Amino acid sequence: MDLETTDRDEAQMIASILAGDTQRYHDLIRPYERSVYKMALSFMKNEADAEDVAQEAFLKAFRKLSDFRGHARFSTWLISITLNEARGRLRRKNSVPMESLDQTPEEGGHLSPALLRDWREVPSEALERKEIRAILLEAIENLSPLYREVLLLRDVEEFSIEETAAALTITAGTVKVRLHRARMMMQKELAPKLKQANPKRRWFQWS
Amino acid sequence: MVIECKHVWDYLSGYLDNSLSPETRELVQRHLEHCEICSAILDSTRNIVVLTADDRVFELPVGYSERLHARLTRELGDHGAGNAKNSAG
Repeated sequence: MDLETTDRDEAQMIASILAGDTQRYHDLIRPYERSVYKMALSFMKNEADAEDVAQEAFLKAFRKLSDFRGHARFSTWLISITLNEARGRLRRKNSVPMESLDQTPEEGGHLSPALLRDWREVPSEALERKEIRAILLEAIENLSPLYREVLLLRDVEEFSIEETAAALTITAGTVKVRLHRARMMMQKELAPKLKQANPKRRWFQWS
Repeated sequence: MVIECKHVWDYLSGYLDNSLSPETRELVQRHLEHCEICSAILDSTRNIVVLTADDRVFELPVGYSERLHARLTRELGDHGAGNAKNSAG
């Protein structure tokens, strides 16, 4: 997930937490604070609920830590706990029609991308602009849950196909199909908007 | 063998992930070389994937980390991790 996590001996940290050094849990989770929040936000769609879900997920992971088995990575395990917490919360507060009911609206149908004749690259610096961040976030949040989960893990968290499959307990083949559809939906939604928000002369000034 | 645009679209995600078979990749590649529409679709999709991965898309609320650790400090003291139990001496 993060480069900074690769040198850490998480198995050893977990063992010492379970042996009673509970304060080490603070260090164990530090690299994942952002990922857990992102996952929560894309489901809850407001900051307060997302923060709540994130805190609960970290606490649940702590309480269930002895269930963690080393065959998955801690990050993968933590993300699936977060996902369950967010889903459960949505189910309970279900004042709006259950979101999961519309979760496979276009499964099987053919998806067409937004057709363009040319594409001028939108540089990452464009994300300094609030409106660009907002349209990206909105596009992610508007995906139906099955596609959003896969896109978040694969393209936001940059999990591998296999790690994504493990976190969601689906097959690698299903990950690929959903990822493809999610990316096409994002392209269809975002390409016209980003193109419009990308006036040529400004990029020349910036580059 | 030649493939149509709409079949190429089905392979764009796999193309970006480099997970296509060499034969399919070759077919898609050849199509992209002469099709400006599919090339623009590929470029825009790749661009969107890159932007999506950027940490700036998701802003953390101010004080999020502090509040999280404060809560953990409160609760970690009261409950053992996992099945660990406080044993009375």
